[in-house]
Amino acid sequence: MKTRAILSVLGADRVGIVAAITAVLAECGVNIEDIRQTILSGVFSMTMLVTVDEEAYPFEDVQARLAEVADEIGQQITLQREDVFRFMHRV
Amino acid sequence: MLHISPEEIAETLLMVQQQHLDIRTVTLGVSIADCGADDADEMARRLYDKVTGAAERLVPVCEAIEREYGIPIRNKRIAVSPVALAAGRCASSDLTPVALAMDLAAEAAGVDFIGGFSALVHKGVGAADDALIRSIPAALASTERVCSSVNVASTRAGINMDAIARMAHVVKETAALTAERDSIGCAKLVVFANMVEDNPFMAGAMHGPGEADVVVNVGISGPGVVRAVIAAMPPEADLTAVAEAIKATSFKITRAGELVAREAARRLGVAMGIVDLSLAPTPAEGDSVADILEAMGVERCGAPGTTTALALLNDAVKKGGAMGTSSIGGLSGAFIPVSEDAGMVRAVEDGALNLEKLEAMTAVCSVGLDMIAIPGDTPAETIAGIISDACAIGVINNKTTAARLIPVVGKTVGDHVSWGGLLGAAPVMSVSEWSSAGLVRRGGRVPAPLGSLRN
Repeated sequence: MKTRAILSVLGADRVGIVAAITAVLAECGVNIEDIRQTILSGVFSMTMLVTVDEEAYPFEDVQARLAEVADEIGQQITLQREDVFRFMHRV
Repeated sequence: MLHISPEEIAETLLMVQQQHLDIRTVTLGVSIADCGADDADEMARRLYDKVTGAAERLVPVCEAIEREYGIPIRNKRIAVSPVALAAGRCASSDLTPVALAMDLAAEAAGVDFIGGFSALVHKGVGAADDALIRSIPAALASTERVCSSVNVASTRAGINMDAIARMAHVVKETAALTAERDSIGCAKLVVFANMVEDNPFMAGAMHGPGEADVVVNVGISGPGVVRAVIAAMPPEADLTAVAEAIKATSFKITRAGELVAREAARRLGVAMGIVDLSLAPTPAEGDSVADILEAMGVERCGAPGTTTALALLNDAVKKGGAMGTSSIGGLSGAFIPVSEDAGMVRAVEDGALNLEKLEAMTAVCSVGLDMIAIPGDTPAETIAGIISDACAIGVINNKTTAARLIPVVGKTVGDHVSWGGLLGAAPVMSVSEWSSAGLVRRGGRVPAPLGSLRN
């Protein structure tokens, strides 16, 4: 079952953020559909639309792996099912 | 492709992480119509089995939804059918065993409150209603999680003054039995006019007779989000613009509730009930309805203009929320519970807000006179008068109102009470010293108003 989700990253800019995160996503079989990323006054911010293959790797396990990476690279990483944004921001 | 902009994503994250956006409650409504028995202990056993069976997965499912959607679900709760409706066969007049079973069932399910130790007496008090009411003080004194509510008035039936007089004594008795904990029992007891069947909030939640066997009802919240939106507007923005901003925000908040309600129902395999749009404060800083009113421009909640601001707020919340959900229900209005709102507490302490102003405010929102600490020696007839005034506003205006008054034993105006957690803390408010006894002692029923003839 393919679940669309939004991955949000926020933290102080440094080398290796995108590499660390995309490595984990590849490991979990998560496909990246869209990426937006920007740096404002040294603050790194990235939003991705991804697809999680829940049969291969359950949603909560992906969240857990991302939480580990977040600690390693000092970023705040949130993975949420896409519906919540679609529900709140569209009629 | 990403149809949601990064700005919208950031907005959602900001709402949750900094502005206290959360789902206030996911409440599982469970019918206990089939739990009646010839004695209270057997009824208690049946209720325990029914509730624990139905609620077994409630907490784990909610926790999973929280994690996957990133929106906190503050409370998981249970509401049962009014116990008096299922207790008709019980020979004993002491229904405390049923309350104890409710308490144990709630604990087993991992929820913090269970509502429905209730009776509907707006037209008259039956034998089972009588037993229930008689048992309320002991039930609330001997349990942690049980909430009780009694409906004493309705637009169709009028106001049952006999029931109100009786409930005033029940409030005093409950206060006395829980005196060593600042009369906390009364914080779990609500007297209603026009009680609704699907209110997910405590202490007034019960599972109405018209509902399916098990339903999920969701109560949203977001005073902090609404306040932040208003505070970010330019000071010269007019009231129409303020109303529009609140409406848009309420839509988003309600949508989060709609999503959670659908998911919870789907995962639990039960009917989705309603989303209650109410703006419900908590004692936490930044989560206050009073702060919203002050952001709108009154210096302190309670100053002239407060009722206007609240009318605007309540209406805008409903308009935005109505687009956000397929099923609106519950109370769906702004809540003004004094002890649960840090801004209200401050307004009372500053002398800006009193009981009379709260009564006016109730006329334009819902809930009524809620979580109000009053002097422990307030006469029962005066308490009855306050309750019946709240009911009159509800009955004439065809809305739900209630009174949740706590006459704190041993305390008086200026003293402070603290019940902790979501029940909060409050200063004891002053009550008119003039007597209501003559009116209350007449008893009988205030007839249903003409407005109830809508056919």
